[in-house]
Amino acid sequence: MGSGKIAAAAPKNRNRQRAGFIAACTIPALVLYAVFVLYPTITVFYTAFFSQTSLGGSSRTFVGFDNFIGVFQNSQFLESLGNQFFLIVVVTIITMVAAMFFAALLTQSNLKEKPFYRTVFFFPNVLAIVVIGTLFVQIYDPTNGLLNAIVSVFTGSESHIAWLGEDRFTILWCVAFAMVWQAIGYYMVMYMSGMDSISPELYEVADLEGMGKFKQFFKITLPLMWEVVRVTLVFFIISTINMSYTFATVMTPENMDVPLTFVYKQAYAGNNYGFGMAATTIMFIISFALALLSNKLTARDD
Amino acid sequence: MAADAISKKAKHHKTLLKVVTRIVLIAFTVVVLFPILWTVMTSFKTSTEFLTSAWTLPSTLHVQNYVNAWNTGNLGANFINSIIVTALGLCFMLVLAVPLAYVTSRMKFKVRGIVNFVVMAGLFISQTYIAVPVFTMISSFQRYLNEYVIFQDLRLTNNLVIYALICAVSTLPFTVYLLRGYMSGIPKDYEEAAGIDGCGLWATMLRVIVPMSKSALVTVVMFDFMSYWNEFPLAQIFLTDSSVKTLPIGLQNLMETQKFATDWGAMFAGMVIVMLPTIVLYCIVQKRLTQGISMGGLKG
Repeated sequence: MGSGKIAAAAPKNRNRQRAGFIAACTIPALVLYAVFVLYPTITVFYTAFFSQTSLGGSSRTFVGFDNFIGVFQNSQFLESLGNQFFLIVVVTIITMVAAMFFAALLTQSNLKEKPFYRTVFFFPNVLAIVVIGTLFVQIYDPTNGLLNAIVSVFTGSESHIAWLGEDRFTILWCVAFAMVWQAIGYYMVMYMSGMDSISPELYEVADLEGMGKFKQFFKITLPLMWEVVRVTLVFFIISTINMSYTFATVMTPENMDVPLTFVYKQAYAGNNYGFGMAATTIMFIISFALALLSNKLTARDD
Repeated sequence: MAADAISKKAKHHKTLLKVVTRIVLIAFTVVVLFPILWTVMTSFKTSTEFLTSAWTLPSTLHVQNYVNAWNTGNLGANFINSIIVTALGLCFMLVLAVPLAYVTSRMKFKVRGIVNFVVMAGLFISQTYIAVPVFTMISSFQRYLNEYVIFQDLRLTNNLVIYALICAVSTLPFTVYLLRGYMSGIPKDYEEAAGIDGCGLWATMLRVIVPMSKSALVTVVMFDFMSYWNEFPLAQIFLTDSSVKTLPIGLQNLMETQKFATDWGAMFAGMVIVMLPTIVLYCIVQKRLTQGISMGGLKG
C-alpha cells in the first residue's frame, strides 16, 4: 500500500479498527454463505454414501459407492441423462450460432433501428422460466395450441398433433426450441459488445482488399472475440442444466425427465435419499467436467 | 464510366443486402413477439372464443379473466408474497454483498485470496442442485427448535423472510463478482483523500465508494430483482403453504388446476400478471441492463 508510512506511524488501535472493519464486512456474509450454500453442497456429497430412507431421518447406514452404482444401473436416470445431453448439445449449438449470426448482422449492417432489435431479442430473457414454460405448453397444446393452428394454415386440414405427448424426440425438440427462444437475446447482446470493441478499421482494410463479409467474419470477427465465446460457452452449459430443470418441471412433468427432476421425484417419493444425492453429485461432477472440457477444447495454442 | 457502373452495382448490391438483413431480423422479431402478443390477446378472450379459434381477436375485453386469476386463482395473494420476497431479498443482498465486494476489491488482508476463491466457487452451485438439502437442513433445525417450549410455534420453512435470505445468499457470488469488477476500477486515491479528510472506514465505504458505484449497483439490483421475482426451484420445495406461495408457484398451480377446471382465460391472464412487472421494469431500464451484461460477460 502507498500509505505504508502513515500506517506505521499511526497508533496500534488504528490497525485493530481496520481488522474489525474487514471482519464486520466479510464475516456475516461468509457465515450465511457457508450455512446456505457450502454446507448443503457438502451434505450432497456426503449423503451420497449413505442409505437413508426418510428426508432428514436419523437412521442411515454407510453403503460406500452402492448409491452411485445404483444410479448408473437405473434406466430412468440414464434416460434422463440422455435427455440432458441432448438439450445441452442442441440448445448450445443452435443458440450460440444464432446469437452470433444476429450479433454479426446487427453490428455489421448499421441499421437505424438496431437498438429496437436488440431490445426485442433480449426481452424473453427477463421473463420467468415458469412463464415461458407455461406459454409454450399452450403453444404446443394439441387442441387449442398456436403451433397446431399454424400447421393447419399450411396444410389446409385441422392439425391436432400432441407435441409434448409420447414421442421422446418430438418432446425434446419442442423443449429445446423454448430454451433457445429464451436464451438467444442474452448471448447476442454479449457477442455484440464483443464485436463493438473490434476496431472498424480492420473491416475497412478487409473491404479494400475485397474480402467478402463471410470471410471477414471467420478471419476477423471470430478470432478477435474468441475469449468471449469461451466464457459464454461455460456459462451456457451451466445455465442449460439449471434451466432445463424448470422447463422440464413445467412443460413435461410426466413424460420427460432431466436428472435433476428425477432427483426431485425420488426425494419426494420417499425413496432412498442417498440415492438422489448420488445422482445430484454425478450432475455436479458432469457440469464441472463439461465446463472444464469446453474450456480446454476451445483453448488456442498461441 | 466503367468505374461509375461498378460503384452503382456495388450500391445496388448494398441496398439488396440491407433489405435481406431487414427481412431476417423482422422474421425473428415476429418469432419473439408473437407468442407474447398471442398470450396477451388470449387473456382477454372468453373460454368459448378461445375454443373456437386461436387466431380471432376477442370480441370484447373479457377482464373477468383477470379477476378470476387474481381472486379464485389466488394470484393476488401470491403477488403480494412475491413483492415481499423481492424487496426483502434485495435488502439482504445489498447489506451482505456491498461490504463484501468493497473489502475484497479495495483492501488487502491475509485471507483475501481464499475468500475470493470460496465465493467464486459458488458460481457453479445453483439452487437447482441444493434446494432439497437446504430444505432438509432447515426443517430438521426447525424440528430441533420446536422441542423447546419458547420456540414451539416457530416456523422456519414456509417462512418468507428465511426464503428471501436464502435467495439473497445464493445470488451473492454473482453479485459480488459484478460489483468487485466495477469497484476495483475506481482509483485508490479516493480512499487516501477520504482518510486525510478524517473519514472513518465505514464513511469512506458508504459515502465515497458506494455513491461512485451507483451504476454497478443499479445493474445488480436489476439482475437480482429478476432472479428473486422469477425464482422457482427453491420456492417449489420451500413454500408449500398456500398462504406463502410466490407468483411462479401460483402460476404453476393455476396451470395444473386449469387442466381440470378448463378456465383457460384465467391462466393466460395469470401469465400476463406474472410478466407485467418485469416488462415494466425492462422498459425502464433495458439499456442499462444490456450494458450490464456486457460488463459481466467481458470481465470473465
